[in-house]
Amino acid sequence: MNAFLALLTRDLTLALRQGSAIGTALGFYLIAVSIIPLGLGPDLALLSRIAPGILWISFLLSAVLSVDALFQEDRDDGSLDALAIGPLPSELIAASKSLAHWLTTCVPLIVVTPLAGLLLNMELNAVPKLLATLAVGTLGISFVAGAGAALTLGLRRGALLLPLLILPLFAPFLIFGVGALSGAAGAFSQSILLLGALSLFSVAAMPFAAALALRLSLE
Amino acid sequence: MLDLGPHAAFIWISYGAAAFCVLALAIWAWGDERGQAKRLADLERRGLKRRSGQGQDKS
Amino acid sequence: MADLTNTETIRPGWFSTLANPTTFMRLSGKVLPWLAVATLVLFAVGLTGAFLAPPDYQQGETVRIMFIHVPSAWLAMMSYTIIAISSAGYLIWRHPLADVSAKAAAPIGATFTLVALITGSLWGKPMWGAYWVWDARLTSVLILFFLYLGLIALRQAIDEPGRAGRAAAILALIGAVNIPIIKYSVNWWNTLHQPASVIRADGPTIHSSLLWPLLVMAIAFTLLFVVLHFKAMRAEILRRRCDALIARHVRGDAARAGTEEAANA
Repeated sequence: MNAFLALLTRDLTLALRQGSAIGTALGFYLIAVSIIPLGLGPDLALLSRIAPGILWISFLLSAVLSVDALFQEDRDDGSLDALAIGPLPSELIAASKSLAHWLTTCVPLIVVTPLAGLLLNMELNAVPKLLATLAVGTLGISFVAGAGAALTLGLRRGALLLPLLILPLFAPFLIFGVGALSGAAGAFSQSILLLGALSLFSVAAMPFAAALALRLSLE
Repeated sequence: MLDLGPHAAFIWISYGAAAFCVLALAIWAWGDERGQAKRLADLERRGLKRRSGQGQDKS
Repeated sequence: MADLTNTETIRPGWFSTLANPTTFMRLSGKVLPWLAVATLVLFAVGLTGAFLAPPDYQQGETVRIMFIHVPSAWLAMMSYTIIAISSAGYLIWRHPLADVSAKAAAPIGATFTLVALITGSLWGKPMWGAYWVWDARLTSVLILFFLYLGLIALRQAIDEPGRAGRAAAILALIGAVNIPIIKYSVNWWNTLHQPASVIRADGPTIHSSLLWPLLVMAIAFTLLFVVLHFKAMRAEILRRRCDALIARHVRGDAARAGTEEAANA
């Protein structure tokens, strides 16, 4: 547990000190959200109706784009090899990395989401609900993305391949996340429970797949 | 010819597309096997032996 | 390829004898002609039945598309199941034939998934008035198609065959775990947004004159898959043998050059 916390703290400190990765993901998110109205036209009624969908999709794309580097830097400077022979099992290395991705990428994205919602004329009383679905759902997304990043680690076209591998797996997250705000009776409580179950399942299962992939790429 | 009603074209295109895909798969599978068998025979003719012939492979 | 040459020495249990690549080549070579003939006969019977069957009282003649759409969709799922089982076999026992099976099944499964999508959309146009409706079943099959593409792309991105096989196996298992979740979520999504009146394609009332050709076609498609899968597996085994030969030859050359150099020095 101590080794796990130490690794997590190290990753968080590194991310905060560099800051460029967080900044890039935030920039991408806001640009994606603002470029969609340019394609749809400035119809405020339409935008406010589809705002949850736009925000969720932009969020997923930002998360995918930023996860590519999750293990890459540590692999390049050899610290991943050092970690692998250390006391921490690969499953926990993968879990710590995925959690670090959630804390350093998804949490900042969630924080700026109300602002992005403002751009799309989102109803104010829907914003807390949207934030709740994002907070619950994106934890699982970070873990799925972590497994994908471990699988494509060190591949030539890895950055291009990664979205192809994991975007189909994001479909249930997107469906439950946006479905929660559909306004149908009982949809919110039902889908946030489903989203939570899905997230917990990913948190529990994906580190094992990621660990297999990590060991494979370190051979 | 069968009379398949107003939507005959959809039915024929469906069957045509399925036949095309199955045919493409069959050509790929048969061609690949034949190509690899040829390649293996070629290699063995040039003196590369499988494990059973180990020790005597001089090329 | 290094794996493949090793199998002859490890664990001589009954399973590995049966699943030994050499035994597989011999047995599959024997049964393939019979399987191919059986497939052709079943297709002849099934297609005759498919075109002689009376039109459906609701869908009319377009119901004939069902005879290829439903079996293709069935194969799309079956071949992913085979890939998942083979992948588990490869990851747990490192059996090279399991990897050969997983690799050979992927393009075949992807193609039948594509056939299911094409025939589904051609069936949908007369029924729903649009080539593509976001029907729960079509949408799940579309996502399944993307999973196949990812599997094939990942394998192609890795040069070393053993590594490629294991990476693809991990991804296949992640996909297999997620498919029921995707299916459930898409159904949920569909009921959330669906206007109530959509004709169900496979209602519980299929007339028996339509049912037996469908069953024959399903068996014919399954046999077709087995034939194609065996053929592709044989090609893959031969390819790995060639690669192993060349690799051994190159190593031998290098070793010989090394000893000559040492002798000259």
